[in-house]
Amino acid sequence: MKQLTTRHLIGIKNITEDDIQLIFETADNFKEVINRPIKKVPSLRDITVANLFFESSTRTRVSFELAERRLSADIVNFTASSSSVSKGETLLDTVNNILAMKVDMVVMRHPAPGACVFLSKHIPANIINAGDGTHEHPTQALLDAYSIREKLGDVAGKKVAIIGDILHSRVALSNVFCLLKLGAKVRVCGPPTLIPKYYAELGVEVSHDVRDTLQWCDVANILRIQLERQDIKYFPSLREYHQYYGISREMLDGLDKEIVVMHPGPINRGVEITSDAADSRQSIILQQVENGVAVRMAVLYLLAAQRG
Amino acid sequence: MTNDKLSMMTDGGKHLLAKERFSLTIERLCHQLMEDWGDFSDACVVGIQPRGVPLSDRIHERLQALTGNTNIQYGRLDITFYRDDFRMHEAPLAPHPNEMDFIVTNKKVLLVDDVLYTGRTIQAALAALQHYGRPQMIELLVLVDRRFNRHLPIQADYIGLVVDALDEAYVKVHWKEIHGQDEVLLFDKK
Repeated sequence: MKQLTTRHLIGIKNITEDDIQLIFETADNFKEVINRPIKKVPSLRDITVANLFFESSTRTRVSFELAERRLSADIVNFTASSSSVSKGETLLDTVNNILAMKVDMVVMRHPAPGACVFLSKHIPANIINAGDGTHEHPTQALLDAYSIREKLGDVAGKKVAIIGDILHSRVALSNVFCLLKLGAKVRVCGPPTLIPKYYAELGVEVSHDVRDTLQWCDVANILRIQLERQDIKYFPSLREYHQYYGISREMLDGLDKEIVVMHPGPINRGVEITSDAADSRQSIILQQVENGVAVRMAVLYLLAAQRG
Repeated sequence: MTNDKLSMMTDGGKHLLAKERFSLTIERLCHQLMEDWGDFSDACVVGIQPRGVPLSDRIHERLQALTGNTNIQYGRLDITFYRDDFRMHEAPLAPHPNEMDFIVTNKKVLLVDDVLYTGRTIQAALAALQHYGRPQMIELLVLVDRRFNRHLPIQADYIGLVVDALDEAYVKVHWKEIHGQDEVLLFDKK
């Protein structure tokens, strides 16, 4: 069988299309496993995984934890708020102390972009990036692309729009890398203040017209406004943002085709998407969450397989 | 696959079983099973992915024809995630589709594989089967039993052919639907 070209999953930028396809093929098998009456296999029974979350998370953390448990790994959980980080310990010291207790793999979320790259250069464990600041969130991009593949049969040739706060979104950047590698056409859409200029150089279209973008796309991936990362105001008010960029049932019904609606969560209902659009038949938001566990199991399995 | 490639593949291999004897052996196994298991109404057939499946497909099909019971439950079990040699190979073990849409509780299970060698595959299959309930009993059917190479105390109940060969030797089963013809081949080394 093929194997991944990398020991760590830091970002989609560093992996190949073959890596992504291998993860998807393996995830197909794990999706079957998590739909069995007993959703557990013993593959990682001798592996210990540390989940280091220096930033809050619900979905990603629960998803990783379930993926690890369903592979029978031993796990330790760590959150920054209840740890020695608040006493002034450095990241490297914290992680080295945890590794001294014989941990094989590290899943880390950190507010600083590049935290996982830094760590991968200093420690021997396999590292999976669960989101580093505004940089990348590779497993989210993988599960998004996997969900598109599941819903539409293939990702290549499909038109995918990413709508919302592109500037602060690690999901957007990882999604762009992943979708382009798989041969999709990508367009980002949002207020000019929330789309960085360099996006045009990544090979994606940039638009500020949400109606035109919805008409163009096969899949709309809608992102949250990350107010917690915005130190200045990028638009006058959330109400105004919703008026111009919020997705509603009427807008979806007004299209001459049925598009797939995605959202990585958490949803701010009534801001980037209305409830009737988020809960509509076209929405695959909860399928994304289900696929998240299968995709993360595949990543853990394939990385663990490289340990001699 | 072209015939040229086929003859290359069989090159150097010694025929242990071919043509009429091959199908006779499968036929004999099916009749043996009916003698012990009746019409399979409280039983199921489970083939081990990937190499046990061509055999279990045939056994299942023949059993349905011979017993007249066209509803014999049949599953294809993938044991990749249960294997004990995970991480001992250079590349990750590739999983295959797992098709088990029933529970084995209180059923008799016929486990099917092509070659019984070290017994480790069967051990993994027994572990995997535990996740589908508590069977009344499990019996093992193999086409080839390499009886002197076992690592575990596991024996087959129904055997097509017993092969006594050196450790380095390699037994391969070819199937009409995959390789062009039915045959069992013995190679000096892998």
